[in-house]
Amino acid sequence: MSSGGTKAAAKAAAGAPMDMSTAARKRTDFSHTAHHREASKEAETLKLLEVIMLKSIRTALLCATLAGVSFAGHAHAETTLNALFMAQAAYSEADVRAMTEGFTKANPDVKVNLEFVPYEGLHDKTVLAQGSGGGYDVVLFDVIWPAEYATNKVLVDVTDRITDEMKSGVLPGAWTTVEYDGKRYGMPWILDTKYLFYNKEILEKAGIKAPPKTWDELAEQAKVIKDKGLLATPIAWSWSQAEAAICDYTTLVSAYGGKFIDGGKPAFTSGGGLDALNYMVTSYSSGLTNPNSKEFLEEDVRKVFQNGEAAFALNWTYMYNLANDPKESKVAGKVGVVPAPGVAGKSEVSAVNGSMGLGITSTSKHPDEAWKYIVHMTSQQTQNAYAKLSLPIWASSYEDASVTKGQEELIGAAKRGLAAMYPRPTTPKYQELSTALQQAIQEALLGQASPEDALKTAAENSGL
Amino acid sequence: MSGTWITTRAWLLMLPLLVVMIAVIGWPLVDTVRLSFTDAKLVGTEGTFVGFDNYAKMLGGSNFQRAFVTTAWFAVVSVTAEMVLGVLAALLLNQQFRGRTALRALMILPWALPTVVNATLWRLIYNPEYGALNAALTQIGLIDSYRSWLGEPGSALTALIIADCWKNFPLVALIALAALQAVPRDITAASLVDGAGPFNRFRYVILPYLAGPLLVALVLRTIEAFKVFDIIWVMTRGGPANSTRTLSILVYQEAFSFQRAGSGASLALIVTLLVTVLAVAYAALVRKAAGAS
Repeated sequence: MSSGGTKAAAKAAAGAPMDMSTAARKRTDFSHTAHHREASKEAETLKLLEVIMLKSIRTALLCATLAGVSFAGHAHAETTLNALFMAQAAYSEADVRAMTEGFTKANPDVKVNLEFVPYEGLHDKTVLAQGSGGGYDVVLFDVIWPAEYATNKVLVDVTDRITDEMKSGVLPGAWTTVEYDGKRYGMPWILDTKYLFYNKEILEKAGIKAPPKTWDELAEQAKVIKDKGLLATPIAWSWSQAEAAICDYTTLVSAYGGKFIDGGKPAFTSGGGLDALNYMVTSYSSGLTNPNSKEFLEEDVRKVFQNGEAAFALNWTYMYNLANDPKESKVAGKVGVVPAPGVAGKSEVSAVNGSMGLGITSTSKHPDEAWKYIVHMTSQQTQNAYAKLSLPIWASSYEDASVTKGQEELIGAAKRGLAAMYPRPTTPKYQELSTALQQAIQEALLGQASPEDALKTAAENSGL
Repeated sequence: MSGTWITTRAWLLMLPLLVVMIAVIGWPLVDTVRLSFTDAKLVGTEGTFVGFDNYAKMLGGSNFQRAFVTTAWFAVVSVTAEMVLGVLAALLLNQQFRGRTALRALMILPWALPTVVNATLWRLIYNPEYGALNAALTQIGLIDSYRSWLGEPGSALTALIIADCWKNFPLVALIALAALQAVPRDITAASLVDGAGPFNRFRYVILPYLAGPLLVALVLRTIEAFKVFDIIWVMTRGGPANSTRTLSILVYQEAFSFQRAGSGASLALIVTLLVTVLAVAYAALVRKAAGAS
């Protein structure tokens, strides 16, 4: 998955000090914890600052980088695990800290240092640390990276560590998140896809009885809302030049029955791949889509939807409970959620696999403790306890009242959406392909190229 | 005898620093040059020797040419604007008026702000849904409805240049202000008595004193602007449709996102070379200016 968080992360960071001060009283290593408490107080801007200033220095002189990052390696005096997470969407930073505390309480001999970066920095930070000899034991990875990580030996193969109980208990679709070439490189942790959120009040005012079942129906309903003057531009998407745009595009590709790669060659320039981009361009140029979508990340979509300025929005699971929170949102209680629509004759619903997993890096000196930590974080018990912002990977959790209570509508959408999850292309050159596609989408939206030409250029630049 | 001892001692004292500098600058530089002739990946393969392939591929690609034009445009426009604004601000702050000290201190703030914080602030100002710029322009009637400043290729680069100017013109102003303090009062007073108007006084009396320091500011700012990365990465990540993708962003993508350390290194060296050419040309200018005065 992919997200550009500001508010959620800042909120999480603000919530963290309380948790950490409790922890500080319980631990003897006070100075160390206090240091972390200070660190957790930093707002997201400052976190961005740290990550990006590092990057900028690195870019100024590549050579300085190669020496610089080698200082980033950590020495291990005792069993300390360094774990890298993201500071937005899905589980909040506070949730991850609380889950981790549960682990360290049960395993007092293991310490876990947590680091949170924005999604946009997760891949590069993992790879850079690896390129300079390591630093992290456990890393969060997106469903699109196992091919690359496995090929470049960033993650270790954990196929043999996975027990039969795990194999049978976890939803079959979730395993695709961590698989490449028949092997498993971690445990699925965040099971996520993009849903169609809608504002019940606006639909009611427009006289619409039920949310759309097809993408064409979505356009028709948006047109009704626009024509009645309820909203000028009723649909919000995350089409910024980032991975977020690819997630929306993939959802549409799956609806139109398209393919990214066929026989190792790009196959998105015609058929479903082209239909998907055509739909985006039509929706944009006809004024049904908020034109600012082309600079939105998911958090921007959430803000627009929460302010009641969108009738429809495509977004991840986490938006459901946040948009229904009266402290956060003006549309609390009016949030509807269904699986993303399908296309008549081609699909019932559509969905992108936006799941993420936890893996052990090949440079970790403590793979056993790291695995123990991963097992804790992905356990049914842990996941059920924090099921508000991210849904569990375990099949039986979806029948568990403690999980479903208060979010029955989301669970209903999840059962159908998660089953239809469509993968983004599995290739070690994914980053290049994605960058080329992001450019194609923006060029087509801006009218700089026809969707067909833009996709052809992307295919040429995709590195495939 | 004692002269030699002093020289030897100086070298001895500098030795630790030299060792560190060779370790963190010299060696990586040599290694980057080596890397740029290989097809090494960031993680995994060491790579094999490929000659000038990387350089040919990078220089020949349309990406490089487009990024070069974007970078040059960004550097020329932002540095020119910063120089003009900086000198004007310095002239103003050199006048006697109440609150001058407070204003001088305030002016340094944007420059003291970390670039990423600055970029985040400007992203909020340009926000298409609730940005201050949209609100201000709609309220004074310059635009009818809110616009997506960072989402349109026509306005994104200009928006970035404005944000960069706001942050960096105080540096120029600071340098110019320091130079203005050095202008002897009797000369300005004499030119006033001789009947020189404000423009002539600036052109023939004050500007010669400013030329040297301004040249230094110009060198610093141009080189910095040519390497621009962080402000763009935070605000647009090179979008929309790559209209703000500068050379540094291209280097980052090639070396880190795509993990092609070899071609990334060659691209980084090309950028370094371009900046070096600029620096040398400016250094010559500075020397000439110093010689003239």
